[in-house]
Amino acid sequence: MNHWLILPILLPAVLGAVLVIAARHDRLLSRVFAVASCVLLLVLGVVLLVMASDGSIRSYALGDWVAPFGIVLVLDRLSALMLVLTAALGLGVLLYAIGGWDERGKHFHPLFQFQLMGLNGAFLTGDFFNLFVFFEILLIASYGLMVHGGGGLRVKAGVQYVVTNLVGSSLFLIAVGLIYSVTGTLNMADLAIKVPQVPAADQALLQTGAVLLLLVFGVKAALVPLHFWLPGTYANAPGPVAALFAIMTKVGAYSIIRLYVLAFGADAGEAAWIAAPWLLPAGLLTLVLGMSGVFAARSLGQMASFAVIGSMGMLLATVSVFTPQALSAALFYLVHSTFGAAALFLIADLVAERRGVQRDRLALAPRFAQGTLIAGLFFAAAIAVAGMPPLSGFLGKLLVLDAVRAHPQAVWFWALILATSLLAILGFARGGSLVFWKSHALEAPATASRRPAPVLPFVAVGGLLAVLAVLTVAAGPVHAWLEQASAQVFAPAGYIDAVLGAAGGGQ
Amino acid sequence: MEFLIATAIGAMTTAGIYLVLRARSFPVIIGLSLLTYATNLFLFATGRLAVNLPPVISPEAAAYVDPLPQALVLTAIVISFGMTAVVVVMALRAYLETGNDHVDLPGEASPEAREDDWKLLGRKQGDTARPPSAVEESV
Repeated sequence: MNHWLILPILLPAVLGAVLVIAARHDRLLSRVFAVASCVLLLVLGVVLLVMASDGSIRSYALGDWVAPFGIVLVLDRLSALMLVLTAALGLGVLLYAIGGWDERGKHFHPLFQFQLMGLNGAFLTGDFFNLFVFFEILLIASYGLMVHGGGGLRVKAGVQYVVTNLVGSSLFLIAVGLIYSVTGTLNMADLAIKVPQVPAADQALLQTGAVLLLLVFGVKAALVPLHFWLPGTYANAPGPVAALFAIMTKVGAYSIIRLYVLAFGADAGEAAWIAAPWLLPAGLLTLVLGMSGVFAARSLGQMASFAVIGSMGMLLATVSVFTPQALSAALFYLVHSTFGAAALFLIADLVAERRGVQRDRLALAPRFAQGTLIAGLFFAAAIAVAGMPPLSGFLGKLLVLDAVRAHPQAVWFWALILATSLLAILGFARGGSLVFWKSHALEAPATASRRPAPVLPFVAVGGLLAVLAVLTVAAGPVHAWLEQASAQVFAPAGYIDAVLGAAGGGQ
Repeated sequence: MEFLIATAIGAMTTAGIYLVLRARSFPVIIGLSLLTYATNLFLFATGRLAVNLPPVISPEAAAYVDPLPQALVLTAIVISFGMTAVVVVMALRAYLETGNDHVDLPGEASPEAREDDWKLLGRKQGDTARPPSAVEESV
């Protein structure tokens, strides 16, 4: 058994506890620990990615309890990719937060570690109920992070966020209960075997459970009509926290990809591809609503939030095609949009920090320190998120457009993706020209403080944008690798064999 | 027994959803609690209802009930209990900081939002006692 698999969960769990107990009062020590943990996680993620790249799927039975009964962790290309994504994003966001955000409240660093633990766990787990548990872990940490730094509006948005997610958790449990009651298993690989055997009399229960579960993942992924919580939450969360949350919507997308291909995929009998008819229109609607939101937003934070919604719509609409080619395009777009959205949130925070009472609202305000540099960063991030060349968003959209060509709804895809891209470009142009260009003409009042800027936040934003640049340059090899990853996802037999051993896979 | 359990779950879910939609923190919290009770009961019932059957190995047992849902319910109770505590604390804090207990957010341009911005910037606003907010007046 390969013990590397448990480390991405153990490491942040242990370090989070150490940070709470030992390093609570020493800012420097806690920063050192937190950064060390993120760097180690990144190294670990890369090691696991290299391990998974040979095409084999590894499973790790906790406590050596055999698969359908015990808890398993599973590592394949897709989950390794998500681990690396989490660690890289976590490191960037942490570097930004060290520039000052982590001083504004207690326990930023431990909560951050627990959030990473929950994310890693959700990407690795091989059964449903632990998916729920890891969802809760990452949500509990995110509740703390969301209200980090305080302020009435933020706490209020936090309450809304917590309530939404608690209702979501209840639904999750009901869905898990429904599926368990007819299949008698919680293990995803075992479920893939049991679902085709469900008798016709129980199909209604099974399918209700599956669709309810889609609803829950839709809430996490901010899918229309379940997106309502996201703009208020993300626009009011502290900048670095909102940037970290860019990966949280992807947890929903990951779960949808994993579950609805593995257990409700081609072999599922009556319940085959149960997610597709719901996901496609919802995804396209989300795309339209998100990009219209970018156009109509009243602050940079809101703009970034709606960009996240739009990118989730694009991602999930592409996933709903359920072909390997579409999935690899969607994964490319997923990697790109995670870093792009995170960079956008951090830039909105940089602006808000410097503009006094106007914060990041789209309104005229006097010139601010490092305005030119920030304007340049915003320009780059906006190009990436809107999907214009030369950055990776353009390639992502091209891949998606190419992948859906044979789909019966291809006309809708093409029309909506192109139209919403235009909307996004207009929205970003409007926001950028108001905040940076027109404001630049206004002279700063003599009393405005021009404190020297900390370097670290710029390093963090630059790093995230650099990842996008690398993704663009290395698009060929990356896409080839992603094609292998999605081919692996669409061959559930390998996954089932790896989890259940020869006993389960042969059936 | 099936009828009773089903009715109880249904009634609690209905009441829970109604209360959550009230959008004031106290009813919302009570509604969430009812929802989680209903969920826990439902999870428990997914292992099929039985009387006097042990879930774990016992020498005189004729048959067993499914022990797994009971383990799930245990986890779910712990999580929902902790979450209720979190949401109570956050709702209290939100009430104390904004002076009203609405769960929905005030409009973008309300004076309250701007005041919060000043707070976030760490500047003093003079007195901490707030005038009634724009939202509260409009209700």
